[in-house]
Amino acid sequence: MTTAPVSASPGFNLIRWYRSSPLRRIIGRSAGTIGLGILLIMVSMAVFAPWLAPYDPNAQSLLSRLKPPVFAGGTWKHILGTDHLGRDLLSRLMYGARISLFIGFTTALIAGVIGTTVGIIAGFYEGAVRSVLMRVVDVFLAIPYILFAVAVVGALGAGITNLILVLACTRWVQFARIVYGQTLSVREKEYVEAARVRGNSQWRILTAHILPNVSTPIIVVMTLEVAFMIIMESAMTFLGLGVSPGTPTWGWMLAEGKDYMSIAWWLSVVPGMAIVATVLGINLFGDALRDTLDPRLKV
Amino acid sequence: MISYIVKRLLQALLVLLGVMTLVFFLLHLSGDPTQLLLPLDATAAERAAFRARMGFNDPLPLQYIRFAFDVISGNLGFSYRHSAPAVHLVLERLPATFQLTGSALIAATCLAVPIGVIAAVKRGTAVDSISMALALLGQAMPVYWLGLMLILLFSVTLQMLPSGGRGGWETLILPAATLAVFSMARIARLTRSGMLDVLSQDYIRTARAAGIPTRTVVFKFGLRNAAIPLITVIGLEFGVLLGGAVITETIFSWPGVGRLAVDSIFARDYPVVQAVVLVLASIFVLINIAVDVLYTYMDPRIREGGGFK
Repeated sequence: MTTAPVSASPGFNLIRWYRSSPLRRIIGRSAGTIGLGILLIMVSMAVFAPWLAPYDPNAQSLLSRLKPPVFAGGTWKHILGTDHLGRDLLSRLMYGARISLFIGFTTALIAGVIGTTVGIIAGFYEGAVRSVLMRVVDVFLAIPYILFAVAVVGALGAGITNLILVLACTRWVQFARIVYGQTLSVREKEYVEAARVRGNSQWRILTAHILPNVSTPIIVVMTLEVAFMIIMESAMTFLGLGVSPGTPTWGWMLAEGKDYMSIAWWLSVVPGMAIVATVLGINLFGDALRDTLDPRLKV
Repeated sequence: MISYIVKRLLQALLVLLGVMTLVFFLLHLSGDPTQLLLPLDATAAERAAFRARMGFNDPLPLQYIRFAFDVISGNLGFSYRHSAPAVHLVLERLPATFQLTGSALIAATCLAVPIGVIAAVKRGTAVDSISMALALLGQAMPVYWLGLMLILLFSVTLQMLPSGGRGGWETLILPAATLAVFSMARIARLTRSGMLDVLSQDYIRTARAAGIPTRTVVFKFGLRNAAIPLITVIGLEFGVLLGGAVITETIFSWPGVGRLAVDSIFARDYPVVQAVVLVLASIFVLINIAVDVLYTYMDPRIREGGGFK
């Protein structure tokens, strides 16, 4: 059995790739660099949580309950303090990043796939297909998304899988709307007409000619949606309709911390700051990505 | 104009029909509607009797037609928890939600528009950077967390304002501020970009060159032209706030439809949840039509260009 070469294709030059990639232009913008930096810190925290976290996120210690963070009179033993069961807040924050980011990315990806498919088909085909699909989009746009998500998860039952599916089903319209508009303009372009004249199949025209040319808004919307999904996940968990209790997530940390707000403010402040920092990082990166790839894009 | 409005209303009816279908299936998502209508400790016999009484054993299309007729005749189900028609409960709570979302929208607009205008006029200065950084921060903040932080600061630490309930004007401040921040951030950013677009137009340069005072140029020529798309956004923002009220009302124990929906989900009182979704979606659709008509009416280019054909 032969093994695939580990290195990239021959002649691949990382520096040359970087120079010509949009990443360089994003890093050229200070806001984009800050956003990317925050995002990288959060992702590393999530990936390396088992090695970085000082304690087991679920290990309870009743003797060290409600200890304040080091900057509020606490000790270095628990840098961000402990919760009502004596669990280390920093460790829970790191493990919480795993679930929050996982749900954020997966949900945005699923919503992106559904929305892009619907948007491209509605934009490409005229007549009944378009009318039906766009009316479905209108229906989903008419229902307040939080209310819809809360109602459906309430009916199906809480849990990570249900949460991911419901959030994706709530937000796919954001992709569908934008991809639809872009497809409408791309399908009139000469290269699409040429592909049609050459006798390319509709599938090939859709996948090889239209999809690559509507990918910029998809990437930008997907980035911003990851941030939105992280907020939605924590909000749903906060309401008791998200991830099951006991799992260390930012939403749960906030929900539990709320009851101790008057005696242990850090339980509500610290996880909230983590969410704000992550969402801010992703939004800054997403805005820079949009300005770099297509400044005229209104998303 | 009339035919345009009629056309939009017909489209809206189609959308509401779709919403109604989704709401119908909501009850059947878990497979057994009695799971969402009866308490968890209901016996199998009670469930069977209830299923027969409500017609849940009938074929699904028949149930759908029955549901559709009920909805059209204004019967959105019955709340067994409150012993009242679901639609009454929703309409009873609607003024509280309108009060909250209306105040939030007014506060957001009154603060965000001047901030956006100043940021655009002072483009590239510290004022611009600080206000846009704050707007970004506002957009990154989860509504419920902001609510908690405001409670922590103003109710727990300073003990200036109540942390929940609906009474005098002081009970409105924290929930309205919480709800307003996200919209404020968005409106401020859009005002800024809209103003920047307008301020780079030739007629603005001409007006400046003619020696017209900056104040007149910015407000009379700039803001008036930037305002048209902005009004659309502000109108649509009202719909977004109605959705956002679900969380804000829950945190601040505000007796509106959002809290009613969340309470009803936990109490397995799904007719009320269905009614809330239907009523809020209808309001949202009507706002969209109103915004569209207003937009078309306000912009002479569309009005005179045959926008109503």
